[in-house]
Amino acid sequence: MDLTLKIWRQAGPEAKGEMKTYPISGVEDDMSFLEMLDFLNEELIENGVEPVVFDHDCREGICGMCSLFINGEAHGPGRKVTTCQLHMREFSSGDTIYIEPFRAKAFPVIKDLMVDRTSFDRIQRAGGYISVNTSGNTIDANSIPVRKNDADRAFDAATCIGCGACVATCKNSSAMLFVSAKVSQFSLLPQGQPEARDRVLSMVNQMDLEGFGNCTNTGACEVECPKGISLENIARMNRDYLFASLSSNK
Amino acid sequence: MATISKGLFGSSLARKYWMAASGLFLCTFLVGHLLGNLQLFVTGEEGRQAFNAYGLFMTTFPLVKILSYVTYLAVLLHTVDGLMLARQNRAARPIKYAYEKQSANASWASRKMALLGTLTLFFIVIHMRSFWYEMHFGYVPTYKVDGVEYKDLWTITVTAFENWWYTAFYVVALLGLAFHLSHGVQSAFQTLGVNHPRYTPIIKKAMGAFAWAVPAGFIAVAVFLFVVQPGQSI
Amino acid sequence: MALDSKIPAGPLAEKWTTHKGEIPLVSPANKRLMDVIVVGTGLAGSSAAASLAEMGYNVKAFCFQDSPRRAHSIAAQGGINAAKNYQNDGDSVHRLFYDTIKGGDYRSREANVHRLAEVSKNIIDQCVAQGVPFARDYGGLLDNRSFGGVQVSRTFYAKGQTGQQLLLGAYSALNRQIAKGRVKMYARHEMQELVKVDGKARGIIAKNLVTGEFERHSAHAVLLCTGGYGNVFFLSTNAMGSNVTAAWKAHRKGAHVANPCFTQIHPTCIPVSGENQSKLTLMSESLRNDGRIWVPAKKEDALAIRAGKLHPTDLKEEDRDYYLERRYPAFGNLVPRDVASRAAKERCDEGYGVNKTGEAVYLDFAAAFMRFGREESHVKGLTNPSDAEIKALGEKVVEGKYGNLFQMYEKITASNPYKEPMMIYPAVHYTMGGLWVDYNLMTSIPGCFALGEANFSDHGANRLGASALMQGLADGYFVAPYTVGEFLSNDIRTGTISTDSKEFEEAEMICRDRTDKFINVNGTKSVDFFHKRLGKIMWNEVGMARNKEGLEQAIEDIQALREEFYNNVRVLGSAKGMNPELDKAGRVADFLELGELMAKDALERNESCGGHFRMEYRSEEGEALRDDKNFTFVSAWEYTGVPSEAKLHKENLVFDNVELKTRSYK
Repeated sequence: MDLTLKIWRQAGPEAKGEMKTYPISGVEDDMSFLEMLDFLNEELIENGVEPVVFDHDCREGICGMCSLFINGEAHGPGRKVTTCQLHMREFSSGDTIYIEPFRAKAFPVIKDLMVDRTSFDRIQRAGGYISVNTSGNTIDANSIPVRKNDADRAFDAATCIGCGACVATCKNSSAMLFVSAKVSQFSLLPQGQPEARDRVLSMVNQMDLEGFGNCTNTGACEVECPKGISLENIARMNRDYLFASLSSNK
Repeated sequence: MATISKGLFGSSLARKYWMAASGLFLCTFLVGHLLGNLQLFVTGEEGRQAFNAYGLFMTTFPLVKILSYVTYLAVLLHTVDGLMLARQNRAARPIKYAYEKQSANASWASRKMALLGTLTLFFIVIHMRSFWYEMHFGYVPTYKVDGVEYKDLWTITVTAFENWWYTAFYVVALLGLAFHLSHGVQSAFQTLGVNHPRYTPIIKKAMGAFAWAVPAGFIAVAVFLFVVQPGQSI
Repeated sequence: MALDSKIPAGPLAEKWTTHKGEIPLVSPANKRLMDVIVVGTGLAGSSAAASLAEMGYNVKAFCFQDSPRRAHSIAAQGGINAAKNYQNDGDSVHRLFYDTIKGGDYRSREANVHRLAEVSKNIIDQCVAQGVPFARDYGGLLDNRSFGGVQVSRTFYAKGQTGQQLLLGAYSALNRQIAKGRVKMYARHEMQELVKVDGKARGIIAKNLVTGEFERHSAHAVLLCTGGYGNVFFLSTNAMGSNVTAAWKAHRKGAHVANPCFTQIHPTCIPVSGENQSKLTLMSESLRNDGRIWVPAKKEDALAIRAGKLHPTDLKEEDRDYYLERRYPAFGNLVPRDVASRAAKERCDEGYGVNKTGEAVYLDFAAAFMRFGREESHVKGLTNPSDAEIKALGEKVVEGKYGNLFQMYEKITASNPYKEPMMIYPAVHYTMGGLWVDYNLMTSIPGCFALGEANFSDHGANRLGASALMQGLADGYFVAPYTVGEFLSNDIRTGTISTDSKEFEEAEMICRDRTDKFINVNGTKSVDFFHKRLGKIMWNEVGMARNKEGLEQAIEDIQALREEFYNNVRVLGSAKGMNPELDKAGRVADFLELGELMAKDALERNESCGGHFRMEYRSEEGEALRDDKNFTFVSAWEYTGVPSEAKLHKENLVFDNVELKTRSYK
């Protein structure tokens, strides 16, 4: 198939970027979106043009490294897929495809389509853990029974891959879905209880410091999330934060 | 991990709580206001007297007075808080997308809350100028029944709605309000942490119905007044 | 230098406990003065960095990804083994040890494997305490499933995302230490050179991939937790960035590479669809619990299917060849990976393959749908349900177990596995070989350790399913943090290592020169062009079936390709700033050396064992013929300048506790 690609090119973090147009032909249905970009890059290299830089790694939808805002949607038109799982059969010959980096103040562009998502790491560091040493001398795993329903919902929240599609797609660049997924995972498990209140206060505080926007409950994040993380998690975090704020003695 | 509590001020979540709480409070105000307005369906002298008696009660009864101040405060809070949130949201994405397809993943109303809110605020200002200001500071004809002096708000009201453009503006503004509520009311529950797989669908339906029913009530009264023009027959 | 594996004396089951008790301790005050570098943040790296920091060392952790959470451990699907015996099916530490030794075709070290089995139980306790959401049954207790090559249920899992959940657990432990300032995290940094001072590993040169700058980092010990080298095949289930560079640099500085030819070809991957494919996707081995593998029994049917004239579901039972069940009745579809992969290749080579390329077999769930459906209709008390109803109920059950995998399959292939059998084919997945390490996980360079897939020690010639996660976390949480003490306890008076020494200077110069070299070639072909060609050579000659002539040819071809690479590669852009093509060039350059060593190792090992199958050494039935008399050793290769001229050191494997048997799954 023949396509017209409109791609954001930006030489570096401080450089001014712009959308550039690249016609491409010979794209096959079975190619993944990233393989299509590989294909373009091969052509660019041949022509002496610097290849387009984009983040990617596992190419099976789990590492969360690939991003891209494709034709107005995070990870493109597919549902519950990452860009690496999006296949060119979703497009038709003659299409024009806009490819942009995930945009947010908290996700500055490094080069072309590659952005810096370390703000997510800093939020996790603020409290996305259970304070247990790795000595191995903990109690037997089965001595803490967990209701299956709670374990399943904790798992569902924990499947977040930290790609940032929620932020990219949110008209406010809010990171609520990402933050709430981690808060929820631990909030639903007995192991997470002792630190639950400190955790939610601390993680939300870091989220605010990073310059993400506010949640206006449009629900776009849930729709575009490649792992289908539910808005229930945001509500749970809202609830936990409210109780934590009310009960905090500081 | 460290305890970092900003209490109920300062954090983005707290701002949202205030937004939700003030919004929900204003919904109860809307219900009260609508109940009062429904009296306008009663025409003639009887209707005028009932409406003006209601007006007198609303401007003099101490509890209502207190409630009205709370309402002013809620409007102010909802507006200022909303503006601050909107400003932050705008700042959170300094470079916009070249191509965005927001309709793919979110309803129109949910994306236009600030716009709809501004429209509603504009409407409130005009609306208060027309009635509230007149009632409190302007000239309203008075008359006495059984020794009690009544301000004839009824006449002011029905006369206003004889005007087609005023009625049209009113209808448009209330449609805007309906959209604002259609997202806002159910969203307030989410913000306050109420989301349950079993009950949320019911809440969403009920609040959706509420969002359209209340403005529909206001619009019905307005259209009724415009069509029937009860002021002409007195 | 003679290879001393430093296996502690004493009975097998007591070696680790005794050894752990005897490792000299470093006092807390001294630990604060000691720096440890951890390269890689997968299961082994994250867990090691977190544990070492907890113990009091100053840790610097490096990963080339934008966040430690993205290391490729995240993609492991099936599960993690542990000898908990929660299912009461007779499991024990000894049985896990035995299964792993046997599964590895008796080419791993008894003492290491036993230690692994011992600490496996702690891993589960640790992970649950960290909030890893393992699957649970309705009683709220942990659930297990069974995996290939074993007859007990000892695999703990979190749907098809076990690796993700375990890595996020380790990442959270790491985050806790980063937040405390105990670990300094360097993301988007790639180790490009190991620095040796006085014969000991004392630091690394890391490239900041964002700025392109080289940074000097010193430490008292360096831990390489950099994963496997499967990407030497270009197409593999590894992540695009997975590379051998860190391990190879250590090799060039004196760390031996052990058993590099032991690569695992995983039987259940989505078949290759075209020339532009960049990677292969694994479908969890757990699918073999319930799916049945088959090809048409008649060649004409296979041809008709390939031509699109015949539909697989139309084929009658008697026209299907469930070849694993036929050849290996005892284990059936659950034979170990190497056996399953070779059997698939054998059928396809014979002309029974089913997709366009003739390189695919079916993995069919039709029987499972009916079996589960009948159970479910029984539970629901349905009387006389129709076949369609039973199938629908069964599909629901299968969806609950493997839903995400089915969905993933459909996304990639655009074929619905609930309606048509899946097509699968073997693909490169894991490398059992790696840096040679002693019992303390130290390589042949003092102070340089290798953990997880990067070392060679625990899986012999073939790794059993759900054992990689076990090993990564065992090494990182429970082994290396203690065993580094033996080396570091001699360093308490060393003080901070200066990065101004000539050793650091030289190492940095090497990196700079190399980078400039790639940029200055200015040839005509892209890096990927060479990588793909290397992959083809490796897959054809050093893949699932190898022979002498092919391996010799491969060595020649790789040498020629390497020569061409250095003369004709085109790397655009500059050495400054972000330049992924340049980074890729460095990685491919190292693969071009490693591939040659792998061929050499395969050539020298005149037997068939585990993932290493030499056509010359097989039984009449086509099964692998191991040669215990002559090859019960680890081949540890010392770098001499040309990979295929590396010097061989043999570490003889001594089996005191298990009897060497022909591995039979019949």
